[in-house]
Amino acid sequence: MDLSLIIMQLLSGIALGAVLVITALGLTIVFGMLGVVNFAHGALFMIGAYAGLYLASLTGSFWWGLLLAPILIGAFGMLIEFVLIRRLYGRSIDDPLLLTFGLSYILVEGVRIVFGSDGIPFPTPPQLVGVLDLGIGFFPRYRLFVIALVAVVLLVLWLTLEKTRVGLIVRAGARDPTIMQVLGVDIGRVWLAIFGLGVGLAALGGVLAGPMRSVNPEMGSLVLAEAFVVTVIGGLGSIVGAVVAGLMVGISISMVALFAPEMATIVMFALMAIVLLIRPQGLFGVRGRTA
Amino acid sequence: MPKSGSTSKITRRTALAGLSAGAALLAMPRLGRAADETIRIGFPTPLTGPFAAEARDQVKCAELAVKLVNDKGGIGGRKVELLVRDDKLNAGEAATRTLELIEKDKVHAVVGALSSAVQLAVNEVTRARGVIYVSISQSDTINEAKDFSKYTFHEALNPHMTTAAVARQTLKKGMKVAHLVADYAYGHEMLRGFKRAQAAIGADNVGEILHPFGAADYSTFMPRLMSMRPDVLCISNFGRDQANSIKQAVDFGVKQQMKIVVPVILHNQRLAVGPDVFEGVVGGANYYWGLEGQSKSAAAFNAAFKAANGGAIPTDYGAYGYSGVGSLLAAMQAAGGTDTDKVVDALEKLQYDLTKGPQHYRKCDHQSVQSVLVLESKKKSAMAGDNDLFAVLANDAGSDDMLRSCSELGHAT
Repeated sequence: MDLSLIIMQLLSGIALGAVLVITALGLTIVFGMLGVVNFAHGALFMIGAYAGLYLASLTGSFWWGLLLAPILIGAFGMLIEFVLIRRLYGRSIDDPLLLTFGLSYILVEGVRIVFGSDGIPFPTPPQLVGVLDLGIGFFPRYRLFVIALVAVVLLVLWLTLEKTRVGLIVRAGARDPTIMQVLGVDIGRVWLAIFGLGVGLAALGGVLAGPMRSVNPEMGSLVLAEAFVVTVIGGLGSIVGAVVAGLMVGISISMVALFAPEMATIVMFALMAIVLLIRPQGLFGVRGRTA
Repeated sequence: MPKSGSTSKITRRTALAGLSAGAALLAMPRLGRAADETIRIGFPTPLTGPFAAEARDQVKCAELAVKLVNDKGGIGGRKVELLVRDDKLNAGEAATRTLELIEKDKVHAVVGALSSAVQLAVNEVTRARGVIYVSISQSDTINEAKDFSKYTFHEALNPHMTTAAVARQTLKKGMKVAHLVADYAYGHEMLRGFKRAQAAIGADNVGEILHPFGAADYSTFMPRLMSMRPDVLCISNFGRDQANSIKQAVDFGVKQQMKIVVPVILHNQRLAVGPDVFEGVVGGANYYWGLEGQSKSAAAFNAAFKAANGGAIPTDYGAYGYSGVGSLLAAMQAAGGTDTDKVVDALEKLQYDLTKGPQHYRKCDHQSVQSVLVLESKKKSAMAGDNDLFAVLANDAGSDDMLRSCSELGHAT
């Protein structure tokens, strides 16, 4: 087995991990800050892909779809928070879980009714069609773009949370919402924004995944399971955890595919089981945290 | 405590009475079955999941076959009814639904299932209860003596005949062939078929990769497939897996280095990923609407389907629904009713031509002897219309020579 093959395989793993990171990130942020386990995350990922496709064909450009779909679906997420989720804060964790679970069914069926249950082609943007010669092998330009874009999104997110006043309020709000209210911060608006951000990230993941897979109403269900595995490995609520675990899962799947391809799906669950045995709170999770 | 003894006695007596009443009720409809009773056909198919697009076409076509018979007054004056059930592409679910169809809905026959693994589960149930089952998805196993049932008929092509026809059009002596295979019965059987055809032609196997069934991402398999440097890549999977794997192979530049060949090229999946991705991909098929230029039965089938479905055209796996139900109803017509042994007899003698030319069920294994098409996906610029998806490379007329011999399958000859 030569080195170039292993490097190519590593690169496939990172590209796979990048989409996992972006979807797991939305899930973990919403859980970490709001204590809501969003079971509609996969469905919103799928809605994002459809919205991206629709907006891209409306404007004639993939880039508008990529930009507008997360914003639009993020706003839709805010609406969900404002109308539905908000009423369940302070109740047991099962209530928003059941609500979003039901919501996911409504969203999937809604898309089936509007767009049909067959897959729809999502063309790769013309600038990114084809492969790039890396000297050791060929790699799809689009997947390289996905890796780069996810890196940029992570950087922006990190800078916002760590270096800005808004980020400070968000982090403080996750730690102690009551004190924040005493200090005169409208915590409801913070929660609204956080949920919108989480949903927007799901939609971004959907648009990014669109050109790699065909777009269909069920595309979110597998993604939801993967995103949960990643958040559990990384530690529920941990942003760094989601990034590390996402890449770890992507690379593990890819490396296992090289030696035992039929095991490729199981490996991520095996990884989760091992992490849960050794470190039940996840790699970067806080012990005993119930959000 | 004394009270509980008497309570239990009453309960037991009540239960006994209830049981016998229930048994009588169950037995009654059987005894009192009138001659003009509706003929019920059970139709388990995966309406949800990665094969949903193909399953829905099967239902539409099966409904069409039923409608055409009912429009002509049914069978011996009896109306036919199709009972569609979602098997969720799960063997356990399919077995349960089939059992319900037989025990509760009292169907006279079962047609359906769209996965080689699921159809074997349905077959177990129908075989044990002596109910006629017309299977309409690919399987080699179902032909073999150990899985054979005198009540089971296989209307679909089987992997052996499909891969042989495809290999004849795409492989040459000395070519290097690699395989990407879905890790379940369908993939395994297609791989076995391709390898047998390869050996006969003299092509070399350079490697095979099994992928998990229903996978969304295939990128991790691509570097290794490319490093095998084959001339032909055979991708043996079905439904959405076909669309996703071909799309990602094309993204990785696979088509610049090798030809992509599939055992069964799917109309709906070609629609789902578009002409550019599928361009040049070659695969087998049982049916393509474009046969209507050469076949009168194809033209009639297309016209009837269009009339019933607002101008839509029938697809490959849809056609199985039509010919599977259609051949069964023709045999019931010939048998003059639903008597199982008479219908089995009629099916064995039946010569039918419903969608593409003459077909019949071979006596020893009940495999439908029929033509196999080999199609190539057209370039976008070569398409005459939205539905002009494929060019017909070959249309091999059906013959017993296409099938493994009865003795090879373990049947007494």
